[in-house]
Amino acid sequence: MAHTIEERAPAPAPAGPLSLHGLSVEGVNQCVHCGLCLASCPTFAELGTEMDSPRGRIFLIKSLAEGRVALTEGTARHLSLCLDCRACETVCPAGVPYGRLIEAAKAAIERERPGGPGRRAFRWLNFGLLLGHPRLLALAAASLRLYQASGLQSLVRASGLVRLLPGTLPAWEALLPAMPAAAGRVPLPPLHPAEGARRARVALLAGCVQSVVFGAHNRATARVLAKNGYEVVVPASQGCCGALNAHGGDHARALEMARRTIAAFEGARAEAVVVNTSGCGAHMKAYGHLLGGDPAWAARARRFAASVRDVAELLAQAPLRGPLAPVPMTVTYHDPCHVVHGQKIRDEPRRLLAQIPELTVVDLAESDWCCGSAGLYNLTEPEMAGRLLRRKVGHVLATGAEAVVTANPGCILQIQQGLAAHGAPVRVLHIVEILDRAYHA
Amino acid sequence: MYNPATMAALTATRKRELRRALEAIVGAPGVLSDPDELLVYESDGLTLFRALADFVVFPTSAEQVSAVVGLANRERMPFVARGAGTGLSGGCLPAEGGLVLSLMRMNRVLEVDYENHFAVVEPGLVNLHLSWTVGPRGFYYAPDPSSQQACTLGGNIANNSGGPHTLKYGVTTNHVLGLEVVMPDGEIVWLGGRTREASGYDLTGVFVGSEGTFGIATKIVVRILKKPQAVRTVLAVFDQIDQASAAVSAIIARGLVPAAVEMIDQLTIQAVEDAFGCGYPRDAAAALLVELDGLAVGMEAQAARIVEACRDAGAREVRAARDEAERQLLWKGRKSAFGAYGRVSPAYMVMDGVIPRTKLPYVLRRVNEIVAAHGLRVGNVFHAGDGNLHPNILYDPRTPGEEARVVAAGAEIMKLCAEVGGSISGEHGIGLEKSDFMPFIFSAADLALMQRLKNAFNPTGLCNPGKVFPTKKSCVEVGPVAHRPHAIEEKGLAQRF
Repeated sequence: MAHTIEERAPAPAPAGPLSLHGLSVEGVNQCVHCGLCLASCPTFAELGTEMDSPRGRIFLIKSLAEGRVALTEGTARHLSLCLDCRACETVCPAGVPYGRLIEAAKAAIERERPGGPGRRAFRWLNFGLLLGHPRLLALAAASLRLYQASGLQSLVRASGLVRLLPGTLPAWEALLPAMPAAAGRVPLPPLHPAEGARRARVALLAGCVQSVVFGAHNRATARVLAKNGYEVVVPASQGCCGALNAHGGDHARALEMARRTIAAFEGARAEAVVVNTSGCGAHMKAYGHLLGGDPAWAARARRFAASVRDVAELLAQAPLRGPLAPVPMTVTYHDPCHVVHGQKIRDEPRRLLAQIPELTVVDLAESDWCCGSAGLYNLTEPEMAGRLLRRKVGHVLATGAEAVVTANPGCILQIQQGLAAHGAPVRVLHIVEILDRAYHA
Repeated sequence: MYNPATMAALTATRKRELRRALEAIVGAPGVLSDPDELLVYESDGLTLFRALADFVVFPTSAEQVSAVVGLANRERMPFVARGAGTGLSGGCLPAEGGLVLSLMRMNRVLEVDYENHFAVVEPGLVNLHLSWTVGPRGFYYAPDPSSQQACTLGGNIANNSGGPHTLKYGVTTNHVLGLEVVMPDGEIVWLGGRTREASGYDLTGVFVGSEGTFGIATKIVVRILKKPQAVRTVLAVFDQIDQASAAVSAIIARGLVPAAVEMIDQLTIQAVEDAFGCGYPRDAAAALLVELDGLAVGMEAQAARIVEACRDAGAREVRAARDEAERQLLWKGRKSAFGAYGRVSPAYMVMDGVIPRTKLPYVLRRVNEIVAAHGLRVGNVFHAGDGNLHPNILYDPRTPGEEARVVAAGAEIMKLCAEVGGSISGEHGIGLEKSDFMPFIFSAADLALMQRLKNAFNPTGLCNPGKVFPTKKSCVEVGPVAHRPHAIEEKGLAQRF
């Protein structure tokens, strides 16, 4: 007889906690299948297929851990398509630690399905080489600047040569950030003294990509913090925090980068570690979990994690110190996923913006939806990233705002590129830039 | 006539042929047949029941739905429509294999008529998204199932869904004006229309609540309402469940008509407080969430009478939500309660009994006794004003024997509801889960009439088979009744009574 009711035996009672390659996914058992997460998931909204929803992915991860399904190409595909935006965590009543589950799943994919030589080379270049070695990253930035400043980029784009690039390279080329001149890439001074009454000494994460592409944001961050009474120290020995590695399934290197970051900041004797990039902040706040199984580091990691603050989170602890000059503009605010979902920081940036005289802030539809940037997602999944970007740009244009304010370099690059492709004269600003403008108008 | 016992296994060749035929209708990206992908469609919000389809297809128009249904008829394959899969009775499960038609790619608002207060929408539209769409113009869609942030209007139509505010506003059927339906034979028809009063038989009323056994709605005309001028939300906290039950009766007895009267017990309070910190006191035995809405004039006086009724019943604390933010947070806790059980248990089964309001104290006591006797825990969160209970039996599917005890306890609770003059389902539908409890409340003649009605719409039985009607042969012998032991019965985990 056919059309059989599925008669698989129920999952065997597991011997111990569920895990994938040693990483715990026991959190899957918190999911009661209520489905309240479904409508919050950007990929489910776009595709309508439940394998591409949080509930479906949790079920796939559970089935993988229980050995009910194998990590086939299809299953890996649905898990890889997850943005790791964690919007589902915000709405989940059951408290499923989705971010941890999907990172474990992505690490399993890297172990079992590393892909072809192109994909492996891409991963090695980013995870093994550039992110782990600040000098190489600086060299790459200098080369990129040369490519752009020499006019070669314009030539490649205008001539149509770009279309001859193989595979997804044309999409990548379009995402290349406009690299500042060498003067914009110099390291931050190691110490910014506090202005006025001193509140606290804080240490700033300069960031790996952030420091070479958006050094201006770091300088603005330091100035705004100083205006608000914070002494800002920038530890010289810091590197990449490892967030991109962890999100990309490169678990081993992520652990090593976490240890290096902790060690670099412990010497700063600061009361807080301030971060202006959302993915890094959310990841560093999770160091306690990441290194929880390492007896030599667990306690240090927990202490460090508890000291991490997003820049908006720190500044919103008290009213901004005046005087603030008027910034007569209409802006809208886009919530970076790892600020709003990863760190549950929703009101703080809006409270800061509300204090700037003559600044009008209009609501953005789906402001807490991923723009498609999602770490390296716009490079690895350009098709879905493009769909989400078009959705985001449509909402931005509907506001009529002159600028989008946000708080993460990935979102800035992505939304900038989307608006540019649309020919829309809307700027994208980091929140510290607009605060800095109010202080230095 | 569809008879599962005579269905032959799909060979690989036939599966390929069918896949090609489906792809010709909805395109290759609109067909799933990979076993790992089908796996995530094996259950809805009630994980106690699981079944695999042969295909999941994603139509984008009524014409595609009709063509898929036509193919299913020609190929003698059973089919069932599915929305977000948040249902709680197994109603959208492909109980006998075959096709699942996911309507998630038909989710547009096609038209809104603000003068005549209606909207035309597709079945895959999320309930709350309709209110978001019409909200800026001061309107909303009233039926508000707790899963409204995810569940679809098509599913609401199938189950005649309710929600906290049904006490004042009625259930889904009171808000549906007309439907475009793909009939089980593939024909596309309109039931009802765009006006409040339709001529002829009220087929819209017949269709709403038919649990996907009468056809597949592809366009839905729903009423939209003006948002009320004023809203007051009161939280009453009790040290004994009986006091809370008494307060519910007292409120109604005083002639007050709140928009909603919800009860939430201690175990549930603790789960939702863990989830979102909504402001319910963790040490309370029970809390009532009472909402009034309507004209601003007289609202304060009514609220004062609600407060008085709660205090007279023994409430230790009664307070109004200070502002909209606090009100939203209290509702978020209430509406997230089922999911929040994930904080205290890896699985739950929710019951959906309806009882006369005056029996609340007795029935709640009995429910707790029944569940305890089976060695299980229960959380209660429900529409107290309607007498619509939701005992949630918590269990761990990994513990051998627990699923069977849950099923047994559930049956006893259903019997109890029937005995006190109530019903076995308020709003979640009969589906697969409660089909065998139908004889608790309907006679053989009642069921035979329903079966004849079903046969008129769905003569082949291919459209969502195995649902609503009891499967035990002795219960009803009219028309095609799909029967075969359910998987959990064959494994000895459950038995039918």
